[in-house]
Amino acid sequence: MGTHALRNPVAIVGMACTEFGEHWDLSVDDLLIEATHGAVDSVPGLDLQQVDAFWLGVMTSGVSGLTLTRPLGLAHKPVTRVENMCATGSEAFRNACYAVSSGAYDVVMAVGGEKLKDAGYSGLEMPSVPNDGTPPVLSAPAMYSMIVPAYARRYGLSEARIKEAMTHIAWKNHANGALNPRAQFRKVMSKETIASAPALAGNLSLFDCSGVADGGAAAVVVRAEDALKYTDRPLYVHALALDAGAGTGRNDSDYDYSDLAESRLSAEAAYAQAGITDPATEISLAEVHDCFTPTELVLMEELGLSERGEAWRDVLDGRYDRLGTLPVNVDGGLKSFGHPIGASGLRMLFEMWLQFRGEAGDRQVPTPGFGLVQNQGGSPGDLVSAVTIVSSRAPVT
Amino acid sequence: MAGIESYAVYVPSGRLVRAAIGETLGTPRGRGARPVASYDEDSTTLAVAAVRRAVVSARDIDGSLWFATSRPAYLEKSNAATVATAGGLPEGCAAYDVGGALRGGAGALRAGLAEGSAVVVASDLRYALPGSVDESEGADASAGFVVGPQAVAELVASVSITRELLERWREPGETRTHTWEDRFGAEEYVPLGQRALDDVLDRCEIKSEDLRKVVISTPHSRTGAALQKKFSAEQGDLGAVADLGYAGAADLGVGLVAAFEAAAPGDLVLAMSVVDGADAFVFRMTERHRPGGSGLETLGTSTAEISYADFLTWRGLLPREPARRPALKPPVPPASLRASGWKFGFVAGRCRECEYRNLPPRRVCLRCNARDSSEPEPMIDVPAYVATLTDDWLSESVQLPAKVAAVDFEGGGRFEFELADAAGRTVNPGDPVVPTFRVAGVADNKVRNYIWKVRPHREGGC
Repeated sequence: MGTHALRNPVAIVGMACTEFGEHWDLSVDDLLIEATHGAVDSVPGLDLQQVDAFWLGVMTSGVSGLTLTRPLGLAHKPVTRVENMCATGSEAFRNACYAVSSGAYDVVMAVGGEKLKDAGYSGLEMPSVPNDGTPPVLSAPAMYSMIVPAYARRYGLSEARIKEAMTHIAWKNHANGALNPRAQFRKVMSKETIASAPALAGNLSLFDCSGVADGGAAAVVVRAEDALKYTDRPLYVHALALDAGAGTGRNDSDYDYSDLAESRLSAEAAYAQAGITDPATEISLAEVHDCFTPTELVLMEELGLSERGEAWRDVLDGRYDRLGTLPVNVDGGLKSFGHPIGASGLRMLFEMWLQFRGEAGDRQVPTPGFGLVQNQGGSPGDLVSAVTIVSSRAPVT
Repeated sequence: MAGIESYAVYVPSGRLVRAAIGETLGTPRGRGARPVASYDEDSTTLAVAAVRRAVVSARDIDGSLWFATSRPAYLEKSNAATVATAGGLPEGCAAYDVGGALRGGAGALRAGLAEGSAVVVASDLRYALPGSVDESEGADASAGFVVGPQAVAELVASVSITRELLERWREPGETRTHTWEDRFGAEEYVPLGQRALDDVLDRCEIKSEDLRKVVISTPHSRTGAALQKKFSAEQGDLGAVADLGYAGAADLGVGLVAAFEAAAPGDLVLAMSVVDGADAFVFRMTERHRPGGSGLETLGTSTAEISYADFLTWRGLLPREPARRPALKPPVPPASLRASGWKFGFVAGRCRECEYRNLPPRRVCLRCNARDSSEPEPMIDVPAYVATLTDDWLSESVQLPAKVAAVDFEGGGRFEFELADAAGRTVNPGDPVVPTFRVAGVADNKVRNYIWKVRPHREGGC
């Protein structure tokens, strides 16, 4: 028993990501076509028919692999639809990697997409099975707002101080998104504007919440040994980890809402696979699941990037700013890039793809070490978390 | 001899200041304030609150539940069954609805007393068109009684007279109650009441001055005033209850509880309902009688003023633009049936291996993973405290922001609840809360999603 790095490492050799936003003029078919063909087109000489198998991540925009094959006119290929809440995109990627690493296929694709803005609501409507009506019905902001008083109590901080750090995170991610032509929100927001917005839940206001968007993204994956046949700058995968909690935190009186154990454990598993012993110095940049600003704050500690109880200080010191020592969510994050569920994990990888290839334009940051992608679904106490580690260096096996 | 073994009232904490109606409608301003059921209360939940308070030991109930209301939450489907289950009564308790007529309150009491061992509960929400007397002079409330041989108030005699008389009427589902001319009612009802009074006193072989307390319950205020004049002010003084207003099918019971609370062993109490005839009951308080704990203690304290706009909105009389949200998903009957103990009875599961309480009950304990080790654990009386809470402006709740709290139970167990009766109140972690049976929402298919919530602990009451 054990969790291991891939015996046959894999690499991304082509990627694409659509613009995220309110695409009234695009269907989920359009988004999947753009992402899929965009990824294929990014690999010189590759044809869609040469992709041996597909993993499609969608949460609410369709069921089965046919959601991908129908619009593409793609016949007689193994296409698997996967879903793991907001970590769906990372799950599509993880399973695609395992398939190509196993030797079952030579070239595979992970595709994620979501068409949320046809629902007619600003928020995300979660699919639910018929039930007895007793499960608590909280909005997602309300569930994540529970982090703030819990974190304040845990470290003896005032909620005002935490809000200051939350505002900095929103400000940072908006500023980053402003430099990203694919981002849903491309406007720099002042801290005053962010801090003065009316509350949506607890201490969370509009600017503490990520945007619900339409979008798609895709990656072409091959075994690392074959990667240079497709591109001179592949993005190598060093670790793939997933942690699904028991989902019992919200019914456990010992649970502290600022504890995102699934994120911590998925990161620890990934670091072990990648041989990372000091993530705070070995990771050059991170894309993390900033669904709400307190999530990003707590993740800095759960992922081992800040000391316990110190994330708020590191945030305010600018450590995670684009020009800081460990830039986080350089592409704007869920906060301003937007959050089309099935695509988000792959969108995070897309930023790694650009950054490690030196193609990030105005957002380019140095990438001497590893890149960390953390993508989660659910809520505090009821969570799944996926962590992927990448770099431009081939893993040593 | 059979009689009342225990009793209780439930009066919601919300109060509509009657002057607010006049200010809004440009009509004369009334005095005082009337009780208002919250947006998540209906006649069934009001009844559950009274039953939970009145029933001291559900195991000793050996008879039927009789539930009266003029505003049944469902037709065809029994509301009494919901009241019995959420009230913690055993499955062997037959539960019957006495629904529709205001006189059902007296009828349920008579049926329970005739049975000799029973639970009697009546509840009502009183509202009508804006500007009506029923709106300003009505009260939302419930009253519950346990009938049995160990009586604190034994029935001495009762009399009933039925009269086909169209003095007031309301179509099912309608808001408006129609009435005939006021004098018509007075001229018919006052003699009827007098006749019932004379008959019941004759049967008891007592005089009216022998009565310690007198309850006259009628929707016809002129009749009520006329009959009250037959008695002294002291006999008719029911304290704070007199200011609440007419509580419909529950009115007789609410008055009777107030009378019991003001009486001493040996005292005689008359309770009379005058609507569609007349029903009169004379009780004698026994040596077992000990006043207190009836729920009347909260009347003067722990109330919260409700705006007229909220009152109208909650009763569906001021349709408001809904938030842009997905439609409410109704609970499905098979799942509700499977989870009946939890959903309606507020029964958790205690793990035999690690003792942790799982809310809701689970096959596999969330703490120790023991499988099928769950024992039913009633949570209704377990002290509970707010662990943490948040305001949710995006909630599906009628009243925003919804206050949602993670609640920890003494001895183990946590669940997240929407706080009831918390609008405008400051609630902090560590504050005590008590369970309360409410309606989470009503879906498009008209399924009423009954659940247990918690509300802030009310000083002086449970």
